[in-house]
Amino acid sequence: MVTITAPDVVREPSSLRARGVTKSFVAHGDSAVRTLALSDVSFSVEAGELVTIIGPSGCGKSTLLRLLAGLETLDAGELLVGNDPIAGPSAERGLVFQDPNLFPWLTVRGNIQAGLVARGVLHAKQRVVDVFMRLVGLEGFANAYPHHLSGGMAQRVALARALINHPRVLFMDEPLGALDTFTRMNLQDEVLRLWQMNRMTMLLVTHDIDEAIYMSDRIVIMTPRPGKIDKTVSVTLQRPRRRNSPEFLKLRGDILEHLHFAGKAPAVDPT
Amino acid sequence: MVVHAAVSRQEPATQTHSYWVLLGTALAISLGLSLVQRWSKSLRQWMGHMFPIIAAAVVLLTLWSVITSGFRWLPLPYFPSPAGILQSMIEDRALLFDSTWHSLLLLLGGYTLGVATALVTGVCIGWFDQARYWGMPALKLIGPIPATAWIPLAMVLSPSQTLSAVGLIALSVWFPVTMLTVSGIANTRASYLDVARTLGAGRGYLIFRVAVPAAMPSIFIGLFMGLGTSFLTLVVAETVGVKSGLGWYLSWAQGWAEYGKVYAALIIMAAFFSTIITVLFKLRDRVLVWQKGVIKW
Repeated sequence: MVTITAPDVVREPSSLRARGVTKSFVAHGDSAVRTLALSDVSFSVEAGELVTIIGPSGCGKSTLLRLLAGLETLDAGELLVGNDPIAGPSAERGLVFQDPNLFPWLTVRGNIQAGLVARGVLHAKQRVVDVFMRLVGLEGFANAYPHHLSGGMAQRVALARALINHPRVLFMDEPLGALDTFTRMNLQDEVLRLWQMNRMTMLLVTHDIDEAIYMSDRIVIMTPRPGKIDKTVSVTLQRPRRRNSPEFLKLRGDILEHLHFAGKAPAVDPT
Repeated sequence: MVVHAAVSRQEPATQTHSYWVLLGTALAISLGLSLVQRWSKSLRQWMGHMFPIIAAAVVLLTLWSVITSGFRWLPLPYFPSPAGILQSMIEDRALLFDSTWHSLLLLLGGYTLGVATALVTGVCIGWFDQARYWGMPALKLIGPIPATAWIPLAMVLSPSQTLSAVGLIALSVWFPVTMLTVSGIANTRASYLDVARTLGAGRGYLIFRVAVPAAMPSIFIGLFMGLGTSFLTLVVAETVGVKSGLGWYLSWAQGWAEYGKVYAALIIMAAFFSTIITVLFKLRDRVLVWQKGVIKW
């Protein structure tokens, strides 16, 4: 294992605040009809915290991340990073999608250094690229093109690409959702390691309850139509967590119960 | 060769001598290769692969000889024998070379100008909403007119024939390349742009390092289409206006009813155009190396 302290100027992690966030979209091209994606959403994330948002599809969790990343504008409410309102996308707020979205025309190395090129600082930070390639275990693949990579490797590249800018906050939208179970569990540890090493705030959207419990300090549960925050659960288990400890399983059971997915109760005879 | 010996007796010796040399060279090369292939595995594989098509070419050439100078089934002078065509090619080599050179200059000039203009207009129309609003209708209206339809106007407006030909070729290239650049840029996956924005990209990066590379496969389709129309425009422009080049040579030879020279020009044209297309394919393979295994054309 390589131990690396980030050689760049390390940015301090930022807190996040959402107050009364509301967002609606035009439905199916009919401009008269709008669907409410988020309704009066308020929550906060402390600097350096790892928070997970879970909820069924359609609960607006991805919309919330896009708003926080600055890729969408909100209809009402307030979103703050530290003390500043979010005005647009910024290199201080990284985003990793479920699809790694690697630029297919760039090699692994080209993808990882894209953020440095975009900010015009590549020349000063050539060495940082090597550090990040090693950090995600891809030294041997510098000149490979994305279509040669497996899903797990591609997502590692996407992680390194987001981390090379040393974001204060990293948003992840179901980043491990498309991977097989074993790759996913490996990458969960990897993400945790990167989070602890890089000192940043992390907000992770997932539909995997185990992943949420295994990784996060707090779990925000959302409900759909319109997207709302239902409940927040603190996870106080010591890291590294054991996926089969009684506390883990109890928490899992509680959340399933809360989401009404614990299983159908035996049918009661109405007579 | 045997067939050629049989059929060529009826022709004057001077006209058939060079064809003898050509066939002799081909035979010598193939004999040489068949000796060498004993020691070279890759050469043997290549020859095994190429054998059917070369054999077919030889059979076709032989048939042609038999039909033309052998049985004289086809009327002269419209269908000369392969020996006759080779002879006119050699007799007129200076003029043919000069014509090819002029065609090449004209084609490259027009193509380069057309592609350069098309990339600028294509990127603008594809990226900027304002440019699309004003540019698209103009493109849709003017673009589909075949470049050759402008010939009457171009002859009047332009100070020189060459200049008007360059302009016409550029125009014929401009439309397909612009159209496919626009489509490539406008269809850039939104998520690539989103990713780039969250990495701190400004407009310059988004256009030239995301949208343009993402549009490259589409742009190359435009480049190939444009090359096709540029050949057409080149030949037409040379036939009706410019006083040099392969197109001019074609109509000049036809005017003298020297059909051997017409075929000679056609053969050179085939070699010339397919060489240029091969060059573009090589360029495509290099630029789109990241697509390897994805594209199949």
